[in-house]
Amino acid sequence: MKLDEIQKRLLREVADLHKVPEGAYNIRSNSTSAGRRSTENIEIVSKTDVSGIDIFIKPNTKNESVHIPVVLTESGLKEVVYNDFHIGEGADVVIVAGCGIDNCGNQDSQHDGVHTFYVGRGAKVKYVEKHYGSGDGKGKRILNPVTEVHMEEDSTMEMEMVQIKGVDDTDRKTIADLKEGAKLVVRERLMTHGEQQAISTYTVTLNGDNSSADVVSRSVARDNSFQKFDAKIVGNAECHGHTECDSIIMDNGRILAVPGLEANNVDASLVHEAAIGKIAGEQLIKLMTLGLDEHEAEEQIINGFLQ
Amino acid sequence: MLELKNISFNVESEGQNKEIIKNVDLVIPDGKLIVITGPNGGGKSTLARLIAGIEIPTSGNILFNGEDITESTVTERARMGISFAFQQPVRFKGIRVIDLLRLAAKKQLSGADACEYLSAVGLCAKEYVDREVNASLSGGELKRIEIATILARSTALSIFDEQEAGIDLWSFQNLIDVFRHMRDNIKDGSIIIISHQERILDIADEIIVIKDGTVVDNGTKDEILPGLIGTSSALKCRKQ
Repeated sequence: MKLDEIQKRLLREVADLHKVPEGAYNIRSNSTSAGRRSTENIEIVSKTDVSGIDIFIKPNTKNESVHIPVVLTESGLKEVVYNDFHIGEGADVVIVAGCGIDNCGNQDSQHDGVHTFYVGRGAKVKYVEKHYGSGDGKGKRILNPVTEVHMEEDSTMEMEMVQIKGVDDTDRKTIADLKEGAKLVVRERLMTHGEQQAISTYTVTLNGDNSSADVVSRSVARDNSFQKFDAKIVGNAECHGHTECDSIIMDNGRILAVPGLEANNVDASLVHEAAIGKIAGEQLIKLMTLGLDEHEAEEQIINGFLQ
Repeated sequence: MLELKNISFNVESEGQNKEIIKNVDLVIPDGKLIVITGPNGGGKSTLARLIAGIEIPTSGNILFNGEDITESTVTERARMGISFAFQQPVRFKGIRVIDLLRLAAKKQLSGADACEYLSAVGLCAKEYVDREVNASLSGGELKRIEIATILARSTALSIFDEQEAGIDLWSFQNLIDVFRHMRDNIKDGSIIIISHQERILDIADEIIVIKDGTVVDNGTKDEILPGLIGTSSALKCRKQ
């Protein structure tokens, strides 16, 4: 696997990868495969009709992981990639995706990853997705991920989505449908600065009895950045849904939170919470009484908040 | 040593200029535990906040170890060695107890170090170090963590603003033990406690009585306490 220093740094940022990962992996670099390994239980196959891969995880595969990071370092590169995850019944796996863009040129670089998950009955998935941008060129770093999740009975999916630095434009769409007893937990952490824009839209449909969804976003908008968090939960059965948007605004940052709950069954229980505000003055003062200056206090509060 | 020279503090309230602190002169000597008491609304907490730099006096000067700190910021005073425990501890989403103790101690605390500070305030360290300092903690737990951060700082001057407010009897007994222990290990430092609980007044070296923004009495515990018993400046703990 040949990667230069910038590509290696991006890999560390998006996948905590310092070397070749254990388990199955597929590393995509500037639209080509920089390395791939399938294992006995996890098979990675290239798609033939479009760009992307199919990941087949055998039923009852336990405690295995798949890493599929993407790095872009060529300015002006634009790609759409389709990755489908077929997760067998009763499997218990960790999937780490993520995209890092380093754009030193003047043309926009863009990666749109379309991820579709078919989560088998009783399977358990932890999905981690990190986005990161760097480079001082005029070209924008753009990421528009689409995540589709189809959950069979009694399956569980925990999604951790993180975008803390350097991505100029994001329009993220997440769509999920859940059958009986399925459980979806989403933890999104987002920080925007400069002139960045980030839009995150969720539509979660609870179709089965005893299904549940908990979608929580914590975000910070600094400088002149803008964020929109649009989370909709549809309850079509006896189910529990909760969405929460908890945000800090600084400087001229702007945030629009759009609550959306749709109950189509009398036993659906749906809750939405949203709070947007600047850092509380008393939090700053408390940390200043510990000897931190105002800037250090802000950093501590934000780091904690986005942890 | 802390000196307050002719300190006044005014606020604008409903278009009127209100005097909260009026020409206060005070000396807080080293090696002493001082309790500031007096009726509610008399200006005790304001005085404590003026010393910490959270409020800036309208006139007068504050000297800390001979240096004029009247214009110094909260951060500068903290770095000079002034600690302040809030009456209403602040909550933080995502910041853990261990993080707060590390910020207070200004070093990488080990689990054992953190345990020492938390045990001193009657908390089992294992259960608390990784908890977030957020709304999941009760008022009493937050107060104890607040005091633990002051212990971790171990500065020349520690100010405690009405720590007994809103805590249960068990915590109150524990609180007195913590203060007594600090008193026994005071060395060159000094401790200011804002309180009107008789049992806290009872561990003071000196008592200052503040009423209507002025110092109405100031002296050793033996001189002042007998005159306060039974007044709102020296309340018995209600559950006793």
